[in-house]
Amino acid sequence: MAMTITEKILAKHSGRNSVQPGDNVWIDVDVLMTHDVCGPGTFGIFKREFGVDAKVWDKEKLVVIPDHYIFTKDMHANRNIQILRDFAKEQDLPYYYDVGTPRYKGVCHVAMPEEGFTRPGEVLFGTDSHTCTAGAFGEFATGIGNTDAAFVLGTGKLWVKVPETMKFIFEGEMPRYLMAKDLILAVIGKIGVDGATYRAMDFGGSTVDTMTMEDRMTLCNMVIEAGGKNGICTADKTTTDYVRARTNKQFELFYNDNDAKYHSVHHFNVNEIEPTIAKPHSPDNKAVVSEVAGTKLDRAYIGSCTGGKISDFMAAAEIMYGEKVKIDTFIVPATTDVAKEIRTLKFKDKTIMQIFEEAGCRIGDSSCAACLGGPSDTFGRLNGAEVCISSTNRNFPGRMGSKKSQVYLASPYTVAASAVKGVITNPREFFN
Amino acid sequence: MEAIIKGKAFVLGNDIDTDQIIPAAHLVYKLDDLDEKKNYGRYAFSGVPIEQSGLPQGNIPFIKEGQWQSDYKIVIGGKNFGCGSSREHAPFALQIAGIEAVIADGYARIFYRNAIDGAFVAPFESTQHLAKEIKTGDELELDTTKCSLKNLTQKKEYQLSPLGDIEHILRGGGIFEYARKSGMLAKA
Repeated sequence: MAMTITEKILAKHSGRNSVQPGDNVWIDVDVLMTHDVCGPGTFGIFKREFGVDAKVWDKEKLVVIPDHYIFTKDMHANRNIQILRDFAKEQDLPYYYDVGTPRYKGVCHVAMPEEGFTRPGEVLFGTDSHTCTAGAFGEFATGIGNTDAAFVLGTGKLWVKVPETMKFIFEGEMPRYLMAKDLILAVIGKIGVDGATYRAMDFGGSTVDTMTMEDRMTLCNMVIEAGGKNGICTADKTTTDYVRARTNKQFELFYNDNDAKYHSVHHFNVNEIEPTIAKPHSPDNKAVVSEVAGTKLDRAYIGSCTGGKISDFMAAAEIMYGEKVKIDTFIVPATTDVAKEIRTLKFKDKTIMQIFEEAGCRIGDSSCAACLGGPSDTFGRLNGAEVCISSTNRNFPGRMGSKKSQVYLASPYTVAASAVKGVITNPREFFN
Repeated sequence: MEAIIKGKAFVLGNDIDTDQIIPAAHLVYKLDDLDEKKNYGRYAFSGVPIEQSGLPQGNIPFIKEGQWQSDYKIVIGGKNFGCGSSREHAPFALQIAGIEAVIADGYARIFYRNAIDGAFVAPFESTQHLAKEIKTGDELELDTTKCSLKNLTQKKEYQLSPLGDIEHILRGGGIFEYARKSGMLAKA
């Protein structure tokens, strides 16, 4: 029977020859990821259900990455990290990335690929909705809650309903001023914040075929903002080169059958897509940047799993080179690896870091930081009625802190251009 | 899940995301500490802009100042209820606050799954946009077996969608109990 990549992965992991959308199947889990916000609750349920002396099903398959509330005086947040630390010690976990050590990574969804934990054909669950980012590597990856994660910790299995797949085909060479973020904002604006609920979103076409892994990650990262269960890109040489450079583990590539059935197929010509923005207070409140150009801003923010990768900062540096920002501009490298690269990689004659410093940006330590508000002392948090443009993923009321604030979501190009001008600005102005 | 859930309605609009249900700054309290977990009730729906809290009139706080349990027992929502993050603290916070069921046009899938697998609140789907019909404070009676809802205040009755395959997990008390009953896990 003809199947999509998502269907093939779920069939293999449930020990069946084939599955169909709507089937409820128990699947074997290859990797479970958790962090400081949901790890403590997950471990608590695990012990309640399997006993205080229980051991996790396979410590080689558990990755624990503190990343949310790291650089804060909040005692409860700090206690959560201590709970992770104690559990990692008790279970002798090989893949725990402790705060305050050289192992500390930062944002889990960017750290996971860096460390070789995202591999084609596998099943990855994480206690974070943006776990879907890893679909970029041709695997089934989705977010779950503490109870489900505790079930996986004890059994290595979980039930899933096989999703229908929606296909998104991008054709054409990416224009100089456009980024993957613009494409996914255009998709969410078209189908809405519940346009893919319960479904897989498959990204393909000649544009995606030529994309870097980081660009594919940006596409898959935001499928949850359309309600999607998982995002998926077909693994190719770009994928295998990236993964083989980071792990020796074997993996299997899956492809969509030519006659696979899709819920729907959506075509985009990237030359017809303009720099795109999501206005407050919803990721599907779409406008093209030129429609809202000139809107007064108080702050710009570049960071997170969506927009805090090295390619995101390189893009911002291209715009900010030799410029000064007119508004408070916060830079938060997703991981410590990204933070290192910012200090070494150059645009023209300057490192990215020099460009940001000379532009007057404030640079923070790697973590989720203000993307989701967090404790009141979080770097970059919106504590009042600020209007912010951000390379992050959500602009719900109060998402970045105060309910009085307003957040516009855009590509790192658009955020950087707007930081330099102090008002929402079309990055095309910088590419003439 | 009780066969009959009877109590006051709290009405909200579309796309109620998990940051509105329980803002991220409050995700730090212990979930299994009797006293500390009251904070999840205290801050439930504290992220909803106040003018949209308790429709149709709005400006009705879900939790009264200084309390951690709500006067309301059933939440009425619109489309895409529970969108956003995977935080299980969201259905948990509603349960701690005293909510037993949510009735919405539809759900974001992680919230829906968390509500069921942890058996925190019963997520029912309506067949029409009830948030326009029901007013905050109306007395409701939900029959979870027949999937029917009576508005005792307005003397109206509505049929809800059947719970489907998830009913046995919800009635069983969550994924662990379900797995034990079905033999997937050894009995405790």
